[in-house]
Amino acid sequence: MFKILFLLLLGVGIGYVLRNIRGIHRVDQTAHYTILLLLFVFGVTIGSNHDLIKNIAYFGWQALVIAVLGMLGSFGAGCLFNHYITKKEEEQR
Amino acid sequence: MKHNLSLLLALVGGIGIGISGISPAWLHNTSLPMIVLSALIIQVGIGVGAMHDLGTMLRSINLKMFLLPACTIVGTLLFTALAFLIFSNHHLSDIMAIGSGFGYYSLSSVLIAQMKTITVGATEATQLATIALLANIARELLSLFGCRYIAHKGGGLAAISTAGISSMDVCLPSILNATGDKRVIPVAVFHGLMLEMSIPMLIALFCA
Repeated sequence: MFKILFLLLLGVGIGYVLRNIRGIHRVDQTAHYTILLLLFVFGVTIGSNHDLIKNIAYFGWQALVIAVLGMLGSFGAGCLFNHYITKKEEEQR
Repeated sequence: MKHNLSLLLALVGGIGIGISGISPAWLHNTSLPMIVLSALIIQVGIGVGAMHDLGTMLRSINLKMFLLPACTIVGTLLFTALAFLIFSNHHLSDIMAIGSGFGYYSLSSVLIAQMKTITVGATEATQLATIALLANIARELLSLFGCRYIAHKGGGLAAISTAGISSMDVCLPSILNATGDKRVIPVAVFHGLMLEMSIPMLIALFCA
């Protein structure tokens, strides 16, 4: 966890120092390719696990339920927050 | 869409090569995902550090903006916990760890795989990481396709919250379009960044 935070802050530092160098903003593209590589490597791990492949429908169903519940929860929280902010702004007027 | 398609192709390609058994041994090196992930995190950091309007964005941060990521985290985790009632074969903490991805499937699944391998072994860790990967891919895709509708129903802040981590990239143009309010940009980016920072911490907490 701290390794990730350290790497992130290290990156922010490098980016800040090099911010005027042309082409530094292409890092968004290279990040995309890195994600592709990461997903590819992860895909190989999944694919070579034959038990997992056999049960993909079972896992997919669980994943969908967890995803939809998470979205519903954050939608509700976002609506409440929106309501609170709007009320505050109206009170200030 | 092209962006999503390339991600899907990389994943499906990897799965195909994994199934066929033609992958070289170095691809199965257990430290490889962490090396690639480290490279990714440094690049994400460089992208943030090199932003021209970083100073302006940091100055425009106020207490209200800090609260939206907190709402997203609390809302997501509370409702994700309900899945435990349906899938009681999993630990509650594992389900919460899966929900803590907020749509960032690559980071969350790799982190879960790494952290759970130490405690429960590779097989169960890979299963949980797969559910995390699929759940977070589903969250990103559903947010992307539904964010206009969500923004229309619950407003821009609800759309940002529902999109999770994708609020700062994939879903931002659609949210902006649906609300027509440019003020959502710093909120959405800050929201995404805060969630991104919280993912490793939450997953470490739930996988401990």
